[in-house]
Amino acid sequence: MFVLAEMKNVTRISPELFNLNLNEAVAGELNKKLANKVLLNVGLCIALFDITSIQDSFIIPGDGASHTIVYFRYIVFRPFMEEILIGKIRSCSQEGVHVTMGFFDDILIPPSALQHPSKFNETEQAWVWEYDTGDGSKHDLFMDSGESIRFRVTAEIFTETCPAGPNGIQEAQDITESKVPYSLMGSINEPGLGLLSWWDN
Amino acid sequence: MEIISENAASLSNYEVFVHLQKIKESRKKQKGQLATITYETLRYLEETSCKNQNPEDITQCLKDLEEFNLNKSEKLMLVNTPPATPLEIQLMIEESEERLSEEQVQTILSILAKHFPHLHIVKTEQEDEENLD
Repeated sequence: MFVLAEMKNVTRISPELFNLNLNEAVAGELNKKLANKVLLNVGLCIALFDITSIQDSFIIPGDGASHTIVYFRYIVFRPFMEEILIGKIRSCSQEGVHVTMGFFDDILIPPSALQHPSKFNETEQAWVWEYDTGDGSKHDLFMDSGESIRFRVTAEIFTETCPAGPNGIQEAQDITESKVPYSLMGSINEPGLGLLSWWDN
Repeated sequence: MEIISENAASLSNYEVFVHLQKIKESRKKQKGQLATITYETLRYLEETSCKNQNPEDITQCLKDLEEFNLNKSEKLMLVNTPPATPLEIQLMIEESEERLSEEQVQTILSILAKHFPHLHIVKTEQEDEENLD
């Protein structure tokens, strides 16, 4: 679920931080820069793990800050493909079941990856697994919001969200707002997957 | 900024849990995004079984699991979310029916239960709660 990513950065330490120990200042700046952000093709950054090396700092004419090349390792949320994770159902919609991990919300289980046969209940706004009990009757298993759910990660999608150019700024803003930098696709169409309560016994 | 390796190593939930707790308890008050993400991640991890794990148990458990020829990510899943039923093992281990016999699956379950005994306690607590509802 979590991995370490090795990165290199030129960290700018502004003069008001010169009273701090260099390591602390660098760690603070790196966390400010990366914590809770998605790096393209890396994942969701959680927190600085450690600094592996700090090189000599240098100053640039006209800037009172010091610049330091640091090599560091960062804790990143990046589940591998086929990993089994446990999350909570955030909501259900026609597009499928939206799952949250608490710190990461963009997980979708599309209708085709739900237990078969499932259908969307409009009045309850929930997906229902019409479990065949074997004697011809059906048992409706609702997938309500807030329930714990075990799912398999099947795909990851990274989207570039850099700001668009000056052309049609208004349009561009609308697009960036709906863009999700990192999202996961899940599936629960195997025995053992789905709400934890389904498989308790 | 330059990314040298996007996946230098895998971390178990326990390692992340311990690290984030250290950040949370450090004397310096955290603020901004770091505070948000540590809080949210810790809240998630506190609900998983890593809260009750410790390094000795995990190492010992991995040693005991060596003989089954599992790959790294499979072992990582077994430690992160220790399964309690053969069905869960089947999910986590690819082609487990061919690779493992029924006895082996039972042995894995008992190894996990031995090293992470809290697993079953948590489960019974949950059941109690459900009964109360």
